[in-house]
Amino acid sequence: MIVEIEALTKIYEGKQSVIAVDGIDLSVNPGEIFGLLGPNGAGKTTTISIATTRTLPTSGSVRIAGVDVVARPAEARRFIGVVPQYNTLDRSLSIYENLYFHCRYFGFTHSQARQRSDELLEQFLLSERKKAYPSQLSGGLAQRVQIARAIAHRPTVLFLDEPSAGLDPQSRLAMWNAVQVLRKDGITVVLTTHYMEEADALSDRVAIVDHGRMLAIGSPQKLKETFGAQTIIHLTLRHLDAAESVAAELRLRPGVQNVELAQDSLRVFTNGAEGLLTDLIHAASPLGLRDIAISEPSLETVFIQLTGRDLRE
Amino acid sequence: MNKPQPSSDSTLLLKTFFGLLLRDLRVLTRELGPFLLRVGMQPLLFLFVFTFVMPRMAGGSPLSSAGPGFGSILLPGLMAVAIMFSGIAGVALPLSTEFGVTREIDDRVMCPAPVAVVAIEKVVFSALQSMIAALLVIPMAIYIPATPVYPDLHRWWLLILILVLSSLLAGALGLAIGSSVSPKNIGLVFSIIVVPITFLGCVYYPWAYLDKIRWLQIAVLLNPIVYISEGLRSAVTPQVHAMPAWVVLPALLVFLYVLGRFGLRGFLRRVIS
Repeated sequence: MIVEIEALTKIYEGKQSVIAVDGIDLSVNPGEIFGLLGPNGAGKTTTISIATTRTLPTSGSVRIAGVDVVARPAEARRFIGVVPQYNTLDRSLSIYENLYFHCRYFGFTHSQARQRSDELLEQFLLSERKKAYPSQLSGGLAQRVQIARAIAHRPTVLFLDEPSAGLDPQSRLAMWNAVQVLRKDGITVVLTTHYMEEADALSDRVAIVDHGRMLAIGSPQKLKETFGAQTIIHLTLRHLDAAESVAAELRLRPGVQNVELAQDSLRVFTNGAEGLLTDLIHAASPLGLRDIAISEPSLETVFIQLTGRDLRE
Repeated sequence: MNKPQPSSDSTLLLKTFFGLLLRDLRVLTRELGPFLLRVGMQPLLFLFVFTFVMPRMAGGSPLSSAGPGFGSILLPGLMAVAIMFSGIAGVALPLSTEFGVTREIDDRVMCPAPVAVVAIEKVVFSALQSMIAALLVIPMAIYIPATPVYPDLHRWWLLILILVLSSLLAGALGLAIGSSVSPKNIGLVFSIIVVPITFLGCVYYPWAYLDKIRWLQIAVLLNPIVYISEGLRSAVTPQVHAMPAWVVLPALLVFLYVLGRFGLRGFLRRVIS
């Protein structure tokens, strides 16, 4: 195990104590890409901060490559690479120097650091911008430099906190590619995200967290099979007065597994939308049907199944 | 593969520390001009106005009449100011931005050494700048005033000792300020901390001259700058009455310890939550 998290809790004391992490247990296998999926405020960032020695847990433990992060943080940091949510590149140094000095902090000699920096500039297609300063880079480029810097000292595990926050779609795809290349180098990756597409596309295994607790863990495929092997049809309605009786009626139809009442819509859980749509439209019309949306089985439907809420709510 | 040789913890620690120093040195050499202006402008103008311009005015400066030349009083004082300003400009100002919006300090905090090492490196590097700044005052005092002020370097060992301790103390003060004051208030620090401790720091007058205002003479003993000025005074201008070294050295050590601890605690609190 590269990352072992046991009974981890973090309570921020204050006027109102906030329980950010509420008993998380998980372990990450060598070489896998592991996703922590959950809405904002679920405790993902706090979990990562504790694992990367930046936050002290209230109780529980985290071991990185067997090293306890609370007892021996300096040693644990040798195995950790971090890409934080924000651009923390050294503004006083060029791109090349950001990489070079990072290597020096980790004990590389001058020539080792120079060679490694050049290698990374090439790998991340940054050679042309090596003399630029962080303030001159676009968000996507800065993110790439941050990833390059984080792996410069060849850590065993790389933590990416919300890696695509603030990136345009193209940069996001480039970042996904970069992460997949890391796997070939044998680096274990732990990433947090609230984009289910990202968790689905990148991760070998996903842990779904909400309110500081882990709700489910497994490969995206397995999660979908276990919790959300259903298509969800969202019927957005104008009048919800009679919605409950319509829902009750719909529940009886063959092919419909369940119907839930949400804010301004009905959620119909089914194994397949085919043949059902006309019936649904018919039944929902008296309620002022405004829109129909179909969610194919995805981590999003898994999350809805587990929490009754959308990831974005 | 150019994976670094596995090294023992203490060699890695030294290499990390050295890497951090190199980074600061790189940034400083890139901004050498602004650095020299920053540390040189104040003593330059001070010496020019008070020891070159004023003595030529009709009647001369009232300050220049009594006792040893004002230049001799000013030389160690200006060295003390240079040391303190460098400490604040070298630690407090960069830290407040690096902790603030940009969180640039993060990458250094994640280096494989105890977090305190990052803070200690900042203090040590700023101490180097402080020493350069203080030594720059010496040639200025020789060339600018109407009557040159030569430092007495017979007790060079005392000068070195006091210079090193004072410079570390200034860095510790910078650390204490930088890690406890929020970035948006850092400007205010100059008005409410830097200006008072300079003016009440026996920079422009020796501590002994305060004997006419006894309460003030005792109150300023809480100001660390007093010991920097007086220590330098006893080292480079022995003709001016100054506090003896056996008082100054322990006082510098005590302030270094207190401010250093306070600064380190604040630093750790800012980076580990």
